[in-house]
Amino acid sequence: MLTLPLEAQQIQRVKTLAREIAAQVQDFIDLHSSDSSERTVLRLYGVDGVTEDGIPLPNRLVELLRESRLIESGISRPFAKAMIKTGLGASETAKALHEGKVRFSELGSIHPELVQKKEQELCKKAIGILDRTRLVKREKAQKFGNPEYPWRYLIVASGNIFEDRTQARSAAFSGADVIAVIRSTAQSLLDYIPYGATTEGFGGTYATQENFRIMRQALDEVSQDLNRYIRLTNYSSGLCMAEIAACAAIEDLDMLLNDSMYGILFRDINMKRTFVDQYFSRMICGRAKIVINTGEDNYLTTSDAIDKAYTVTASQLINEAMGHNALLSDNLLGLGHAFEINPKIKNQLLYEISHAQLARQLFPDAPLKYMPATKHKSTDIFYSHVMDTLFNLVTIATRQGIHLAGMATEAIHTPLMQDRYKSLANTNYVFNAAADFGSEFQIRPDGFIAKRAQEVLDQAEACLIKVHEVGLMQAISEGQFADTYRSQNGGKGLLGVFTKSQDYSNPILAQIKAEGMME
Amino acid sequence: MSDNLIKPYGDTLNDGLVQLSFTLPIEASARARKAAEAYVAKLNFEEISVTHYKKIADGFTYFVVYARAIPVLDYNLIQAQEVESKGMDFYEINKQIAEKFGRKLTVVGATIGTDAHTVGIDAIMNMKGWDGNYGLERYPELNAYNMGAQIPCETLLAKAIEVKADAVLVSQTVTQKDSHIRNFTEFMELVEAENLRKNFILLIGGPRITNEMAIEMGYDAGFGPGTKPSNVAEYILSRLMEKQGISR
Ligand code: B12
Repeated sequence: MLTLPLEAQQIQRVKTLAREIAAQVQDFIDLHSSDSSERTVLRLYGVDGVTEDGIPLPNRLVELLRESRLIESGISRPFAKAMIKTGLGASETAKALHEGKVRFSELGSIHPELVQKKEQELCKKAIGILDRTRLVKREKAQKFGNPEYPWRYLIVASGNIFEDRTQARSAAFSGADVIAVIRSTAQSLLDYIPYGATTEGFGGTYATQENFRIMRQALDEVSQDLNRYIRLTNYSSGLCMAEIAACAAIEDLDMLLNDSMYGILFRDINMKRTFVDQYFSRMICGRAKIVINTGEDNYLTTSDAIDKAYTVTASQLINEAMGHNALLSDNLLGLGHAFEINPKIKNQLLYEISHAQLARQLFPDAPLKYMPATKHKSTDIFYSHVMDTLFNLVTIATRQGIHLAGMATEAIHTPLMQDRYKSLANTNYVFNAAADFGSEFQIRPDGFIAKRAQEVLDQAEACLIKVHEVGLMQAISEGQFADTYRSQNGGKGLLGVFTKSQDYSNPILAQIKAEGMME
Repeated sequence: MSDNLIKPYGDTLNDGLVQLSFTLPIEASARARKAAEAYVAKLNFEEISVTHYKKIADGFTYFVVYARAIPVLDYNLIQAQEVESKGMDFYEINKQIAEKFGRKLTVVGATIGTDAHTVGIDAIMNMKGWDGNYGLERYPELNAYNMGAQIPCETLLAKAIEVKADAVLVSQTVTQKDSHIRNFTEFMELVEAENLRKNFILLIGGPRITNEMAIEMGYDAGFGPGTKPSNVAEYILSRLMEKQGISR
């Protein structure tokens, strides 16, 4: 069995550091909420639909609440009052508020007990959504069985949900276990979720609840046909992190890319905003048993994959701790990393094995999300295909959890149907040919791989000590991750963050927290 | 008759051998194989051999085909406009700027639109540079401003005006549905609407960018994969000299 001679004490130390770093961020999170977190509450309370101008009702309502200067207490209570006042359902009440038939500022006095009862009723429905999808997923796993790790994860990105569906069916036919629908360029910067089925995206397809539903239905049919559980992934990131998590839970998605650090560093989303939203989104994921994927792999596209390998490790540790704070169990932590070392480097393969095995041993129960080479992929597709063969070998040798299949055409375009087929043919071949590779070999304790892993872990520890000293937010401002500098009050979305008042109410969050991690 | 007629080369001159792979939206079968052969014939190939075909989804078949291309091409008729480079280095470029202009030149760069890719523009502009070749920020004779990615055209132009830029560098990586063309065009229209085209050298770059494309859209030059910062600095130097009638 491949095993690195790591010291248990050092692992303990880095985990403690990460826990304390996450706790500092959590202190900030607990005092704040955001527009998008409030919109999430509305979505789980059943508010759906858009205004005549195409503005989603949850956005419209939060805007109205802000105009009434009542946002600091959260939207749950005023919305419950409005429902009592109209006597209508959630979406109908939302419409009445939008049309001005009822106003947040003129709800009058309703007995607090009545309001609380209404809130509890709404909360029960919301939690019901999360509990239902958890059971649906469990049933599917029981019915079809779970594939053995590593799961083959394939992306579709045509921009048109109906073409995506065709592409996804094809990928499943060739052996995919997970389908990820890549999001359209810049959706993460939209402060609302687009509505309905969409056919026009750039570099990906818009994440909308209807698109989720369409793809879920298609994959459920494919699961039946192939008698395998085909999982579905999308993106809970950007300015609508928690809202997307709610839509994903409603539509039975299995995984979500969910990582504040990606939004901060690569999309310039304000860090305060996204930490707050991430917490709520992860609480939803934990309850709904949605596996999260974190985005550490991306760091290695802007900084060097050898020099900065430790930033991946440090960030994984922090993400694990933040995940635990949001009640995610280990089997939901798809911590990210990648095969991104320059292929011109001598012994690239040994470095990659070292890094991959380090992640494996630091997080033994997490379904690690392992990404293929991207930045150094060549436009010579044949060369790139060979790079993926080595990547596949490292995945199977070090038993990664979620294997994002590499594309020979990575440096050219988003994958074509035949690109996916060739990638899976390669993956299937290597996973079979080297099935027990990892259990037949041992790592030399004094060799290159072991020494390299120790070096990375030492650097990660030093990095965590630094981050611990100044706090995560400050560390990000100082460019500790991805060689990218982001200030605490810079980036997009800060205006949507607010300090909770004494009487703030979000019963969904409160109940998930009170009931703890779910089996 | 031209003495420079060419065809693809396999292992014998003028054998015209080409490898193709593609997918047809039909169920895999002997008939599908025949269809692939017939289709490749329509593309002007002969001696077509479908060496591999496989079902890759219900109603979709993937093919690998070898065939001989029929057309010949007169290579003498082909022209391409590449950006000329004398391969000047960092020191020489700085020296020339100092000598010929007696002032620092100013350069502003950004990735425009919703494109979030910074690695390309950073490779050209950041201190560290690319592949051992220093970036423009490192040039003592250049004032370089790298605005990063996701920059609206208006913001880039405003900055160029503010710092009196000599050259503006625009990067685009995402090309799906021609979004790069749209963004480059938008920026150019904005510059022209403000009557500022003459004020700047305008350069574009990115993995799918060619010099021809740039010229077609009214830019001075375009730079593709493998561009080194010194190529860009040298171009700015010589183009500016040309514009201002400064002799070499
Ligand atoms: C790194 C990367 C990312 C990183 C970017 C990090 C960052 N801060 O830049 C992250 C992970 C964030 C990312 C995100 C996305 N990406 Co991306 N990404 C890449 C990747 C792997 C490498 C690109 C790169 O850095 N190359 C290295 C640089 C140095 O090369 P370069 O850009 O060509 O630059 C050189 C020259 O072109 C030139 N140059 C470049 N610009 C300029 C400008 C001027 C003026 C001059 C003179 C020269 C010049 O000089 C440079 C040095 O030689 C490519 C795949 C690949 N291997 O190419 C995909 C790729 C570019 N991405 C792609 C896509 C679709 C996306 C997303 C839209 C996916 C999504 N739906 O979310 C998002 C983009 C979101 C957005 N709003 O833009 C596609 C683009 C497809 C297409 N043709 O349209 C690619 C090809 C991957 C794929 N096969 O699907 N990506």
